[in-house]
Amino acid sequence: MNIHEYQAKAILRNFGVPVPEGHVVYNSNSARDWAKRLGEEPYAVKAQIHAGGRGKGGGVKIAKSADEVKQYARDMFGMTLVTHQTGPEGKIVKRVLIETGCNIADEFYVSFLVDRATDKVTLMASAEGGMDIEEVAAKTPEKLFFEIIDPVVGLTAFQARKVAFKLDFGIAQVKQAVPLLMNLYQAFVETDCSLLEINPLVLTGEGNLICLDAKINIDDNALFRHLRIRDLRDYDEEDHMEIEASQYDLSYIALDGNIGCMVNGAGLAMATMDIIKHYGGDPANFLDVGGGATIERVTEAFKLILSDDKVKGILVNIFGGIMKCDVIATGVIAAAKQIGVKVPLVVRLEGTNVELGRKMLAESGLNIVSADGMADAAEKIVKAVQG
Amino acid sequence: MSILIDKNTKVITQGITGATGLFHAQGAREYGTQMVGGVTPGKGGTEIEGFPVFDTVEDAVKATGANASVIYVPPIGSADAIMEAVEAGIELVICITEGIPVLDMVKVKKYLEGKTCRLIGPNCPGVITPGQCKIGIMPGYIHKPGPVGVVSRSGTLTYEAVWQLTSRNIGQSTCVGIGGDPVNGTSHLDVLRMFEEDPATESVIMIGEIGGDAEEQAAIYAREHMTKPVAAFIAGATAPAGKRMGHAGAIISGGKGDAASKKAFLAECGISVADSPADMAEALLKIWQP
Repeated sequence: MNIHEYQAKAILRNFGVPVPEGHVVYNSNSARDWAKRLGEEPYAVKAQIHAGGRGKGGGVKIAKSADEVKQYARDMFGMTLVTHQTGPEGKIVKRVLIETGCNIADEFYVSFLVDRATDKVTLMASAEGGMDIEEVAAKTPEKLFFEIIDPVVGLTAFQARKVAFKLDFGIAQVKQAVPLLMNLYQAFVETDCSLLEINPLVLTGEGNLICLDAKINIDDNALFRHLRIRDLRDYDEEDHMEIEASQYDLSYIALDGNIGCMVNGAGLAMATMDIIKHYGGDPANFLDVGGGATIERVTEAFKLILSDDKVKGILVNIFGGIMKCDVIATGVIAAAKQIGVKVPLVVRLEGTNVELGRKMLAESGLNIVSADGMADAAEKIVKAVQG
Repeated sequence: MSILIDKNTKVITQGITGATGLFHAQGAREYGTQMVGGVTPGKGGTEIEGFPVFDTVEDAVKATGANASVIYVPPIGSADAIMEAVEAGIELVICITEGIPVLDMVKVKKYLEGKTCRLIGPNCPGVITPGQCKIGIMPGYIHKPGPVGVVSRSGTLTYEAVWQLTSRNIGQSTCVGIGGDPVNGTSHLDVLRMFEEDPATESVIMIGEIGGDAEEQAAIYAREHMTKPVAAFIAGATAPAGKRMGHAGAIISGGKGDAASKKAFLAECGISVADSPADMAEALLKIWQP
């Protein structure tokens, strides 16, 4: 789950990590009020969307007065912010963070994530702050430093010191960096982050370290033990169909094509998308109905697929293992009748009671094309859609 | 011969009184697996569908001599269940549960360091040695004893590969589902090593997904150390970057882990890569004949 920058900073503040003073606002009048309350000029005005690269798209401004804060905030509210992470459709700005500005002397990069190669949390740091870190990793990997963290003892002071010295901090900054990094790690593990990224970590003209930006992703699997963090979910930032799907325990992701897919199992669902492409078609979605494809779930899955106007045909690919094919056929028939599927429907069933399942589909009186194997199914639906 | 499990494997089910655990314990018993009992704290001393139930794994091991455990307990207690099995001296722990917090698994991996216990999963379909032993949720009847080893991160896509083999009258030595999570007990590489050392396995199908570089690591091992032919398929060629495709591990991040680069690397390592998921068995038959 993604959260906003201001929410991430609130979490970090609770762990004793230095972040700028600030407040989130929902309209430009309160933007000015909060700027006045913050006092000191200048101010940073930052659009809150779940995507990076906001600065380049006009989503981050430095204001010299409270009136200018209001001006910038007014420009931002309702604007469609397009960055390299939002996709071409962009995201509409509904929340703006007002912060005290700071005097930047130097910028650094710090992040924590679970490294799949070592199965441990890893601290990654670089003196190339403010840059796109993936670019740094690709072009100048020697400028990235790593510390692999033992889950039992956590990030140790000596590891934090090592990183601080590699970043060429003076001794005064090393003393600040050690608790800062250790507190960041604490925040990471205690809130079950999957990513915690500070870019940039700033050294101010006064010689202080402060986290100017913060990005936190929370492990969805751990939300059951972080109910207050779960409440930070911003539905405006998510695809409405993906939200609806999650309510029925369906794993759904919208894509750009016109062939709707319904599959059991994530791997098979991906493979089904791939084989559609292989035969020259374009999948409209990824949809995993899970192991227990009940009539209700199949019905909801059909509704979801058909609510996408782009869909010109549907491919159902079910490998019934524990689920019996006749049960799945019952679900498909009931759902198709209830909703009235008007686009071509190709169904590939395999597994337990497959003969019975196919017979039921054939005798249903519905316009269902039965397929024999994945390749046959993909060819048939691509042909049906292309006409 | 086979890897990991055979007809002598004695299995207990952790979470046996839950609906899922019981259902699959019965299914495995019907297949012929020695399902010797189960564990549910607080229900020790009782019996369910003929399975003796114990309070702790330690009690279960003492009473039954079990050397393998399969875990169906909910995510909140899964990491603890794995460690309990390890502590009780179980040699093979197979964790089916989906949705375990990744930091729990980081701790479990640390706990496993220096121990001989092997963990398969979590978030996996399990392991089957056809005709001998089935541990997990896969449908037994689609399998057939034979010479091909199958290793995969996914469930139904593994069934697809197995079915392609069985319907060509080619059997499997052992099929291992290693699970779709980013941190798991056993990697593709680990399983390839076991297949290489197993006299009953003549060739291997490896099924991978986008995300991470586990398939690449396995491919390097295959190139350097394997005498047996390997075919592969990588799912997710059409997946967009930054989106988690069902499995927590299946995500392309920072331009890394996409299907095209994985396929190219595997092919460079001498692996026969199927372009289409319908051609997994065919890709193997291009480089190997039963």
